[in-house]
Amino acid sequence: MSQTRALLDLDPKVVATARGLAAKAAAPVIDLARAHTTVAVERATLRLAGITGADTTHRAGDVPWVNRVVDTVREHCGLEHGVTLPVFHALREHDLGSLTELAEATAAGQIQFTIPTGRAATSAAKAARVAVAKGLRTVDRNRANRDKLVTKLGDPPRRPWIYLIVATGDIDEDVVQAANAARAGADIIAVIRSTGQSLLDYVPEGATHHGFAGTYATQENFRIMRAALDEVSKEVGRYVRLTNYASGLCMPEIAVLAGLERLDMMLNDSMYGILFRDINPIRTFVDQRFSRQVHARAGIIINTGEDNYLTTADAVDAAHTVTVSQLLNEHFAHEAGLPDELLGLGHAFEINPKVPDSFRLELAHALLARELFPDAPLKWMPPTKHMTGDVFNGYLLDGFFNLAGVLTGQSILLVGMMTEAVVTPFLSDRDLALANVRYVLDAAGSLREDFRPAPDGLIVKRAHQVLGEAVDLLDRIVDDGLLNAIADGTFGLMKRPADKGKGADGVIEKADGYLNPATTLLDEGATK
Amino acid sequence: MTTTETPKTKRYVRPYGDTTGDGMAQMSFTLPIPFGPRADGAAQQLANKMGMDPAMVVHSHPIGEDFTFFVVYGSVQHIVDLDAVKVVEREYPLLPPSDVNSAIKKTLRRKLVVVGACIGTDAHTVGIDAILNIKGFAGEKGLEYYRELRVVNLGAQVSIPELVKAARADKADAVLISQVVTQRDAHILNTQEMSAAFREAMGERCPLLIAGGPRFDPLMAADLGVDRVFGRGTTPGEVASYLVHAISQRKEHHA
Repeated sequence: MSQTRALLDLDPKVVATARGLAAKAAAPVIDLARAHTTVAVERATLRLAGITGADTTHRAGDVPWVNRVVDTVREHCGLEHGVTLPVFHALREHDLGSLTELAEATAAGQIQFTIPTGRAATSAAKAARVAVAKGLRTVDRNRANRDKLVTKLGDPPRRPWIYLIVATGDIDEDVVQAANAARAGADIIAVIRSTGQSLLDYVPEGATHHGFAGTYATQENFRIMRAALDEVSKEVGRYVRLTNYASGLCMPEIAVLAGLERLDMMLNDSMYGILFRDINPIRTFVDQRFSRQVHARAGIIINTGEDNYLTTADAVDAAHTVTVSQLLNEHFAHEAGLPDELLGLGHAFEINPKVPDSFRLELAHALLARELFPDAPLKWMPPTKHMTGDVFNGYLLDGFFNLAGVLTGQSILLVGMMTEAVVTPFLSDRDLALANVRYVLDAAGSLREDFRPAPDGLIVKRAHQVLGEAVDLLDRIVDDGLLNAIADGTFGLMKRPADKGKGADGVIEKADGYLNPATTLLDEGATK
Repeated sequence: MTTTETPKTKRYVRPYGDTTGDGMAQMSFTLPIPFGPRADGAAQQLANKMGMDPAMVVHSHPIGEDFTFFVVYGSVQHIVDLDAVKVVEREYPLLPPSDVNSAIKKTLRRKLVVVGACIGTDAHTVGIDAILNIKGFAGEKGLEYYRELRVVNLGAQVSIPELVKAARADKADAVLISQVVTQRDAHILNTQEMSAAFREAMGERCPLLIAGGPRFDPLMAADLGVDRVFGRGTTPGEVASYLVHAISQRKEHHA
């Protein structure tokens, strides 16, 4: 990655201006994120402290204990001081052995939560810190384990790493497909979530077998898939990575569960939920910051979602919005403690193939991302918008996508399917898609060495133009304020006012005495 | 050489490879058996049973230990009778988003307002979100993506009075309700209650009422008192195209 030779001759001053503007645009939002908490952040904190399981007797179906507890605390004494003070105070007062016992007692209506003061507050804070630190040490242990396994088994032999999706709805079936995909050459397995999970304000429990166009993200499903991939990693002699989605209303909790179960990559975008799921902007920024702090601790590579802009807007006209979003994602990620090597910034091959020189324009955009973020493991996403059901043409387009990926040094390549927009991939579709990637990597994997776009040619000029447009847009966003820009429909054409959207009622302004041992331990990098 | 028939007068046709009437077609499939001569024979048999005779297995390769992939070319014996071809016709055309937008602009000269909700105790917003959210469904963007549509998504567990109030306040042209839970026919009762409430509150000025959900039968519209019912697998594009069609019909009717 860092051996990138500069081919575009980008002006370092313009690049610095772009980064400076992104930081300026992000600053007020980061202040806002620090000043608020959310029900999801509080639930994530309790999950780190060890709460598990669900209330199976509730008439609404299995309600996770953590939701019961956080909702009850909010009702009794509010969440503006954080959930841990009242919870660990109650644990001591009622002399209960575990958070699960406390949850059961809460459901039975036996607990009245209060904010402790004086010495009671000090001891509740201490107990909370001990419990949360234990959870974080599990995350640390998983990270060390991953490093050990990678050393022992090895990373994939070459870049880009090959990323393949499975999504059957049934975790047991996913395991079979994932193992087969790994044997056929996949380096990363992503399990797509059930449609609509991002809008659930709780994380389902247990192993699940009935998802809609995907499989529910649950702690148990994470564990099952990671264990299966550990087995297949030994078999294929390289560490096969596992990906899921830290997005939607439960972003912080999913991030914690990913850390506890040694997932390796997580989809995590700073604005995707706002724009494409109509989740409240403040909720998203607060949840996103916490989840990224957890990912940083867990050594998890985040994948950002810039490809989505290009599925709604035109990939040529909106190319600069991808750059802007990458710069914002980078800044938010750095601020939350993620280093460059964990920043899987996204972009996609979505230019209409009927546009003249479309492949050269794709190369320009991909190379721009590569040179702006030389040390980030960029994620390169395949064509979807212009896949029509003509599978023969789709196979060709995917071949060009693969070629653009190797020519521009992309780090993670999501394998395109010729049956995109037709059916969920057949076994043979995946096999053919991998054959396509293998052919391009074998035939042209080192072509980069010989690839030097002409200094005043279309590729170089186009890259400069897109960067220039990105700087102009960032300038306007700084003037306008990022939240106003989002409200006005600057990104992906969607208008999302800061006070609207799903999950807005789960945002709480922190009081002066707010305490969250998870945030403290993450900020300090402490283990105790 | 002159052709004797124009395509319009032709009644019987066969697939065209490189000669009229050769019946040549290609297909590919996977069988759950290990790669080898036996697998090729199995593929040949399947092709024969599908009416491809002679069939040539031109390619096969293993996918893992238990599967084999085939490409087969051959001549199919079947003949298509064009007179027997029946095409199900939708009463409205499916329009791409840009055409939906321009049609609304032309008909209404303002944005078309859509209010959506899951009514009753139903908390399953999967359906309504698939239709309304820009994220969309089945590769199609949701109604929010359409420039000339203004979408108000009220979310889950919306009471009927709330829905009527919101429809009135937002001057809704269309109200979309989604029902997933079907215990004790809740989806039917809720929808009937909803349509009755709208007629009582708004009478002639009642917006278009549209119900959707996996267990609804599209033929039930009259029973439910709604203008249209969408069943399983409906995509946002179908709903948008219907809206354009229904609004322009209404306009003609009132004019």
